[in-house]
Amino acid sequence: MTRFLLRRILFGVLVLWLVATTVFLLFFAGPADSVARRLAGPRAPIEVINQIKDTLGLNRPLWEQYVSFLGNLLHGDLGISFISQTPVTTLIVQSLPGTLWLVAGSAVLWMTAGITGGVISATRPRGLRDRVTTVLVLAGISVPTFILGMLMIYLALSVFPWFGLGPGPYISPLVDFRGFLQVMIMPWVCLAVVQAAVYVRLTRGSMLDTLGEDYIRTARAKGAPEHRIIYRHGLRAALTPVITQFGVDIGTLLGGVVVTESVFGLQGLGQLMIRSVRDGDLPVIIGAAILAAAFIVIANILVDVAYSFLDPRVRLA
Amino acid sequence: MTVLEVRDLAVRFGETQAVQGVGFEVARGEVLGIVGESGSGKSVSVLAVLGLLPPRAVVSGSVRLHGRELLGAQEKELTALRGKSMAMVFQDPLAGLTPVHRVGDQVAEAVRVHQRVSSKAARLRAVELLDLVGIPDPARRARAFPHEFSGGMRQRVMIAMAIANDPDVLICDEPTTALDVTVQAQILDVLRTARRETGAAVVLVTHDIGVVAGIADRVLVMRSGQVVETATVDDLFYRPRSPFTRTLLDAVPRIHDHPARSGYSGRPVLPPQPAPAHPGDARSTPPVPAHSGEARSAPPVQVGWGAVRRGGRAVLEVEGLVKRYGRGGWVVDRVSFDVRAGETLGLVGESGCGKTTLLMEILALGAPQGGRVVVFGRDTAGLSGRERLGLRRDLQVVFQDPMASLDPRMTVHDIVAEPLRAHGLPIDRVGGLLRLVGLEAEHAARYPQDFSGGQRQRIAIARALALEPRLLVLDEPVSALDVSIRAEVVELLLELKARLGLSYLFVAHDLAVVRRIADRVAVMYSGRIVEIGPVEDVFAEPRHPYTRALLAAVPVPDPVRERARSRLLLSGDPPGDHLLRPAGPPSGCRFRTRCPLYPGLPSVLGSRCVSEEPELGAADGAACHHSSGGIG
Repeated sequence: MTRFLLRRILFGVLVLWLVATTVFLLFFAGPADSVARRLAGPRAPIEVINQIKDTLGLNRPLWEQYVSFLGNLLHGDLGISFISQTPVTTLIVQSLPGTLWLVAGSAVLWMTAGITGGVISATRPRGLRDRVTTVLVLAGISVPTFILGMLMIYLALSVFPWFGLGPGPYISPLVDFRGFLQVMIMPWVCLAVVQAAVYVRLTRGSMLDTLGEDYIRTARAKGAPEHRIIYRHGLRAALTPVITQFGVDIGTLLGGVVVTESVFGLQGLGQLMIRSVRDGDLPVIIGAAILAAAFIVIANILVDVAYSFLDPRVRLA
Repeated sequence: MTVLEVRDLAVRFGETQAVQGVGFEVARGEVLGIVGESGSGKSVSVLAVLGLLPPRAVVSGSVRLHGRELLGAQEKELTALRGKSMAMVFQDPLAGLTPVHRVGDQVAEAVRVHQRVSSKAARLRAVELLDLVGIPDPARRARAFPHEFSGGMRQRVMIAMAIANDPDVLICDEPTTALDVTVQAQILDVLRTARRETGAAVVLVTHDIGVVAGIADRVLVMRSGQVVETATVDDLFYRPRSPFTRTLLDAVPRIHDHPARSGYSGRPVLPPQPAPAHPGDARSTPPVPAHSGEARSAPPVQVGWGAVRRGGRAVLEVEGLVKRYGRGGWVVDRVSFDVRAGETLGLVGESGCGKTTLLMEILALGAPQGGRVVVFGRDTAGLSGRERLGLRRDLQVVFQDPMASLDPRMTVHDIVAEPLRAHGLPIDRVGGLLRLVGLEAEHAARYPQDFSGGQRQRIAIARALALEPRLLVLDEPVSALDVSIRAEVVELLLELKARLGLSYLFVAHDLAVVRRIADRVAVMYSGRIVEIGPVEDVFAEPRHPYTRALLAAVPVPDPVRERARSRLLLSGDPPGDHLLRPAGPPSGCRFRTRCPLYPGLPSVLGSRCVSEEPELGAADGAACHHSSGGIG
């Protein structure tokens, strides 16, 4: 187990290094003038270009720039935003809680709804409850997030204004818990609706496979009650593919939930990323990309560890 | 006293009538055998008794347990009975145990579902039960997961689970089919114990009529969903009334008789399949002529032993072949044998003994990790890719499971033509090849799933013969087939060999099949050949204690002899059958941990088994220090 973890972590570091290097080359390879021009924009005056070349040290050889880039990265120094002149780390630390809370809260909702819905569908395939869930799932998958979000905002503001729900920037639960809930509930539900739909289908398929296994028949022959057969013998084994997908999703979403954050005006990582791409704020783009990659790497390691707890046949080595 | 009474049972799946008019009764302590081939409705019948069929099955008739009607009873009522009054042991113990729970917990669950006891008490009871069914060190092993158990051990767990609540009826559905013959003998013994301990009425479903001879009191024979005959075991074997029972008995190979008197005697066997041979075949597929390329092959390397009595050139020589995976133990360890032209070598051994690995090493036609493989006089180690491809024409393979080894998306024509295409040969021979194996040329347009198991194996054989090979390697070619079909395919193989002048390397765990088809037999244990010799000699006078145990473990389809004979039960599992295998084999003789001779040897003699690994001599014989019976 320890050896497995060490190897996976080493591998993860390798992935991150590759991501960092690719991003670096993407932006910095080429003659200094064209790099600076790319950063400054086509209409920037020559003085600005020269200034950029000086501050970023673009006249140095590429490998020297690369070494200092990696060195800074290792010290957690992602540079200073061109636009706001604040350190990128500060910007990220400011935006991270919003995204974290959004994904965490939403994950609880969608996993609960998705797995419950999947189990209900699978126990009586083609029954009434299965068909109802299928319709809901299709609806959830088909509605674009921003439409759903805007519909929710409309309802919250004009039909049920007494709930006090509304879009707005992230508020820390430590500062104002009520305000935190008022801001977060709608994004949670909005993101969870889309995700839950996928998880219902996934759980249903996986459960149907497991419920067809011989050991389910053995459990029946033992005289085990139905709920025990479904949850203890069926669901436990059926969860493996669900967890895999969960890990991938969490990793991707933590890197930035762009649409949901934008619709609800939540100041999260997704928002930060969009803004920096629009403004050509290079240090922030690089920082956000590496962070997103780190989330995916970590989530996948956690999934592999979770396997070994879910299925004793998986031996981590 | 009748415990279970079934009357006029019928099961229908949609339009298909699976079972009709089945009736039987079982008394306390009695064993009823239900025998039939696959698809005869025997499993469906017993599943219907327990109410375990899928909801789309329509069941009618009457099933009474202690006079209480079960058909049409509430699911709740049935759940209360299942596992308590009626318990079941299923065929495949790997798929039958939940992989994510510890075996002890699964047995304890069976206890707790029906008895109001603490989880601690249930666990203790589970350990007791595991002990009863012969799991060594049960307290520790209860904490293991199913995949850490061998097949036999898993089946013991299944039985422990079934007898957890002292059931009145114990239904066993092919409980030994997935197991090796020595393990089968052990499990049948455990079932006897289970019956004694619980006094249950036992219903034993099996396709192997030999199994019922030794354990059943009465036998019910099924065919196409109906009862053909019900009789006491003695009446059934000695005075069968129905012709079907007679043919079924005839099809059972008897390893202890002379082959001429055995079932595989060339007598017509049911059901009438397309005749294996058409007179016209010889024209479309001429017998394989001596290959023109043969001249290029180097003079065959003579392997010293066994050459005395056997003529013919060696088509395959294996010398000191070694194969190991990773840092684990040897899977194949210094194995040597040869196959002569026109000869069949049967390779027998239990699961995990390395027979399939050995085959794959030969078929790889590459450089082995150790030793050498010489095919038609050519050492495979130094072959170029082109030479290897050429050699493959002469060496073809038939795999075990014809259901899985034929691509369901390809027509029979494409399957049989594929090797021809691969070697750039004209594909107009497909029709002839199909007729050669007893199929119609018109079958070529259909897909494998339109054929029965036996017919599919014929297709696989046709595919293997497409390139006119001289040596066929057959990996358990009939073990997935019913007894009567098995006999037909074996006859086909014998006939093809005679007509086309083939040599076979025939791997099987079924000793009776090997006896019928092979000229020589090699017995493998734990990666080594422990005995080799002419089939008649080895079967009549086995010299290695393992060979003796293997032969003794095969159930004899003769109730009186089966009851009378002393059981030489081999303890333990085949060494390759579980993942918990220690890093290497024991010192000295590998078989000594299971050897029935070894414990009885005086320490002077026994020490040799520990210190020195017995080797096969230069001639045929057995790799045992005490092969003459343990005295010297």
